[in-house]
Amino acid sequence: MALRIRKALLDQLRNHGEQTYPHECCGVLVGQFDETGGKTVEGVIACGNTRTDSPENRYHISPAELIRIQRESTLAGQDIVGFYHSHPDWPAKWSSTDLDEAHWTGCSYVITSVENGKAVLTNSFLLLGEEQSKHFEDEVIEVSEGI
Amino acid sequence: MPIKVLIPTPLRPYAGKQPIVEVSAHTVGEALNNLVVQHPDLRKHLFAKDGKLRSFVNVYLNDEDIRYLAKDATPAKETDTITVVPSVAGGV
Repeated sequence: MALRIRKALLDQLRNHGEQTYPHECCGVLVGQFDETGGKTVEGVIACGNTRTDSPENRYHISPAELIRIQRESTLAGQDIVGFYHSHPDWPAKWSSTDLDEAHWTGCSYVITSVENGKAVLTNSFLLLGEEQSKHFEDEVIEVSEGI
Repeated sequence: MPIKVLIPTPLRPYAGKQPIVEVSAHTVGEALNNLVVQHPDLRKHLFAKDGKLRSFVNVYLNDEDIRYLAKDATPAKETDTITVVPSVAGGV
């Protein structure tokens, strides 16, 4: 299983983390699931971070934005396949808060570390299990060239 | 004409893998109840043991959060769409 994404789309979500630094960015990945559980990202949708009380270390996507994206992607024959956010001056690995607040089983949670305003590492984590047994597993990101 | 309920990606395995389920109802609460009657495996993912919606589950009637309408008693009609979305948040 892997998360497949074109380089231009990967650059788009990494750039978003640089633009919002020192605050966390966040957004939605839409695309297709394949039969083996892998995913292909077809679109990266930047969202606003509603955690204006603590944007440097928290993110939250407005449910209203999620509703709109879910409705539009469903009508377009796409699924929400994952989410992304940045960790300003913190490693590109999931935190206990990330796991506590993750509820989209089967989806990818992509995290980019942004150090001094520059995007460094981007990793993907697959959320598995049910609410009581949920956990992240490392997920390979397969990057293809092209726009 | 039934009401459409949009099912989010993580809950589709418990709803016959369908992105949209149609239910007959007069309120949002009735629609959600009929949804879990049709697809019993969905119940524990939508509702806590006390029968209330789980805290991280958002339910919208068209573009409105039902928490700011009449909650479960919010009237729903045939042309309405109910959307269920778990919250998305985190941080370091």
